[in-house]
Amino acid sequence: MSGSAYGTTAIALVIMATMLIGAFALRLSRTTSDFYVASRSVSPWWNASAIGGEYLSAASFLGIAGLILVYGADMLWFPVGYTAGYLVLLVLVAAPLRRSGAYTLPDFAEARLESRPVRLIASVLVVTIGWLYLLPQFVGAGLTVRLVTGAPAWVGGLLVASVVVFSVATGGMRSITFVQAFQYWLKLTALAVPVLFLVIAWQADGAPTTGSGPPAFPGRTTVTVTDGVRVTVVDPVAAVVDGTVDGTAYDHEPVTLDAGEHRVAPDTELTFAAGATVPHAESLRAISNDLWSTPLTGAGGRDHPVYATYSLILALFFGTMGLPHVLVRFYTNPDGRAARRTTLIVLCLLGAFYLFPTVYGALARLYTPDLLLTGRADTAVLLLPERLVGGVAGDLLGALVTAGAFAAFLSTSSGLTVSVAGVLSQDVLRGSVRDFRVAAMLAVVVPFALSLLATSIAIADVVGLAFAVAASSFCPLLVLGIWWRGLSSTGAAAGLLVGGGLATAAVSATIAGVDRGGWAGALLAQPAAWTVPAAFLVMVVVSLRTPSRVPSGVGRTMVRLHAPESVALEH
Amino acid sequence: MSDQQPRRVRIVSPRTRATRSATGRPVSREIGEQTIVGEVYMGSLVRVQLRLAIGILLIFTVLLGGLPLLLLAEPQLADVQVLGFPLPWVLLGAVVHPVLVLGGLLYVRQAERNEHDFSEVVR
Repeated sequence: MSGSAYGTTAIALVIMATMLIGAFALRLSRTTSDFYVASRSVSPWWNASAIGGEYLSAASFLGIAGLILVYGADMLWFPVGYTAGYLVLLVLVAAPLRRSGAYTLPDFAEARLESRPVRLIASVLVVTIGWLYLLPQFVGAGLTVRLVTGAPAWVGGLLVASVVVFSVATGGMRSITFVQAFQYWLKLTALAVPVLFLVIAWQADGAPTTGSGPPAFPGRTTVTVTDGVRVTVVDPVAAVVDGTVDGTAYDHEPVTLDAGEHRVAPDTELTFAAGATVPHAESLRAISNDLWSTPLTGAGGRDHPVYATYSLILALFFGTMGLPHVLVRFYTNPDGRAARRTTLIVLCLLGAFYLFPTVYGALARLYTPDLLLTGRADTAVLLLPERLVGGVAGDLLGALVTAGAFAAFLSTSSGLTVSVAGVLSQDVLRGSVRDFRVAAMLAVVVPFALSLLATSIAIADVVGLAFAVAASSFCPLLVLGIWWRGLSSTGAAAGLLVGGGLATAAVSATIAGVDRGGWAGALLAQPAAWTVPAAFLVMVVVSLRTPSRVPSGVGRTMVRLHAPESVALEH
Repeated sequence: MSDQQPRRVRIVSPRTRATRSATGRPVSREIGEQTIVGEVYMGSLVRVQLRLAIGILLIFTVLLGGLPLLLLAEPQLADVQVLGFPLPWVLLGAVVHPVLVLGGLLYVRQAERNEHDFSEVVR
């Protein structure tokens, strides 16, 4: 069997396991409540595994390693932020949110603020964040299927979209819980087992480090450019070319690429000698290895690295609580105390998982620098086992990583689809199980279509932007709603509109590829540092000016949010 | 009319739960009915829990948020090697995660203690 056959088998097995577990749980799923929140009968360990399974997306599994490969030390904040976000969620919202007894974020908004308009704004934001987060999952699936089988990019996205719609529409939340708990452990295994072999292979290779020069090919390397790419060469580099470069066709001829830009046509093979400097895809900023390994050197591919770092930290730390698929999970805890314990287990599970992407990213800088040329950095995790271990063992480990990646696309997409479909079916349709199924279709179609247009995005970057929107809208709503009696419905609406609106605008400009130079570019690329404070400020100031719009039942709501379950309240 | 002085009565705290619950309405009922007394009790719990949350967040703001500033002020720290790897990579790649779990553990224990104390008082 070839490497691609192993990979294809792995993908098929993950999909089958997902469907089978889903179908098994379907027999247990009876009511609308089962559909949305598994009737709140899931134990903390199951629930924590499911949260971990749902949370660890394409960005965590593939994207972080890809960003570390390209930009180095500053990207280490991604895994830190993804975990720390759960600590912030734990201390600020976990238990009160569960006690609020709402199904979705819009439910919470309506219960706390007693206002339909605020609910509608929250619904629109859930759908926006959900779509923004689903988009990179489909892109990642496309990349993976293409790498493994050579099929066009849309095949992977379509595959994930279909499986997700099927399992969500038939099983609802109950089946999703079991599927995702399984997928967390699959993902952890799929990164942890190969990493042992990779580190042993690295040691056997003499444990090389990246050194200080520009990234170089570790051995004689043939790079196949399938899509065509524009590359930047700093120092002239020799290559044997089979295909077309700068409009000239070559047939296995030696060519010297001079300093400057070069166009490499689709289906061109470039062979470089060991130690040759790697030409960079134009879309990635080339950096030398000593800048790569040092934080705050501007190596993040961005100007103003200190601002960018703090803004990213803010987005990730405070965005997690505002992710729609994360919050839905908390309603499946039996009570507030269980919600806290679940979150604590989640912290352990995430901490264990996030040890690995960093190792992959650093090894990728050493052993797969050709991805800097093709611009496909997000595939580094999938390629490393084959490159570094090789043989049948390498193929098998590669298949395991592919399986893990597919688990990541499926689980995150399912969770997001449940949340987006939940909101669509309740606020746009009429909320029956049948409407839920229609809504699941709607939830998936839009981001899938977008993924066909945006194929060259960095997965973890777009997910970072989804966090920025969540941090600028739902974070202030939840924090102020839970801890401050004075939040008025007008204040909440204004804050959601200003924070969510500004962040969405900045994010759209970045994805559309508006110029990234200077301060303006830095502020747009990492908006959280100014949009989060703006949202808080607007919510507080407007609330203080509209005290009459503080809901009359706020006292009762606060009691419900904060009173421990051990106190039997008489009403 | 008696010109007899009323008998002198000493008032002390009963210090027993049984006596106290027999003397009047339980606080949980005050809370449930949202009387002023209830609001005072609830408000105190919310304040204690909020103080705890802010305390934990402050600790991590200093620990994690201070890291980039520290590296900015002392760039040579980035060259320090721990077990053959640069210090920032070791800190951000591995050390943070157990520290975050520890922070979560401390928070959950203290938050549950606060709630336990509260339910003891209002019973």
